[in-house]
Amino acid sequence: MSLSSPLTIAWLGMVALAGVAFYGLLAVRNLIKLVIVLQILVKAALLGLVLAGATSGQVNLGQSLAATVIVADTVVAVIGLALAVQIKRRLGTLDVRDLSNLRG
Amino acid sequence: MLIALLILTAVAFAALALRARRLLTSTLWLAGVSAVVSVVFYLLGARQVAVIELSIGAGLVTVLFVFAISVAGEEAMGARPLLPGVLAWALSILAIGLLGWFVRSLAMPAPPSAEPAFSAMLWGQRGLDVLVQVILIFAGVLGLLGLLAEAKAPLEKSVAEAIMAERDRDLAAMQQRAHDIHREKEIV
Repeated sequence: MSLSSPLTIAWLGMVALAGVAFYGLLAVRNLIKLVIVLQILVKAALLGLVLAGATSGQVNLGQSLAATVIVADTVVAVIGLALAVQIKRRLGTLDVRDLSNLRG
Repeated sequence: MLIALLILTAVAFAALALRARRLLTSTLWLAGVSAVVSVVFYLLGARQVAVIELSIGAGLVTVLFVFAISVAGEEAMGARPLLPGVLAWALSILAIGLLGWFVRSLAMPAPPSAEPAFSAMLWGQRGLDVLVQVILIFAGVLGLLGLLAEAKAPLEKSVAEAIMAERDRDLAAMQQRAHDIHREKEIV
């Protein structure tokens, strides 16, 4: 792949999208925002699957894998948000820092 | 070139979603990322997944986020991040480097002469994936029902607390009465 081809730039963009999400996972403290960051990470993974399909000429294989990932990702978002809402109701906070009861 | 431009837009939207102070703004930027990524899918030839991504990623998930934010509410967080800034940057640059190296050394197989259609691929060759999807959706719905059923607990807790408070009041009144009787006996 040459560096100037659109697919190469798309691959680089996919890595950058994943990088933004990696940084977010390490820096974000709000639980709901953490689920948003996970969504961004999964978008990068989806983009990777479809790009791999497009690069290797097997778009439909990439599509079928991406469809599975979309379903799993939606279930993760639903459960994550429900957990965040419950945590907010019971503990009164969404801050990840305040959730840890372990001291030592 | 359009694809590259769109992906760079998606990266910019993702960074804005990360930096947004309000959760609702962050959610809207995420919907933007989803919409742009679905256009990229369409341009790459993945038309079915583009439609699914647009309807689920930009539609359903955004509605879910707005619902969760309206229930849980916005919360102002302190400026201090979870990890020290330098460490977070170093770790994410390391992750980006590893991912870039992996992508660079990815050996793409030679394109097959004729690829089966999406439906044949999904239902025929990836039938197990479809089964897993059904199980996942079922587990997700069950999990959600379980979590939302627990939402009644605070109400029950408040009722229990009211009953306990009433019992405490009754107990205090009985103790007071017993104390008064004891005092009267002493006086007599």
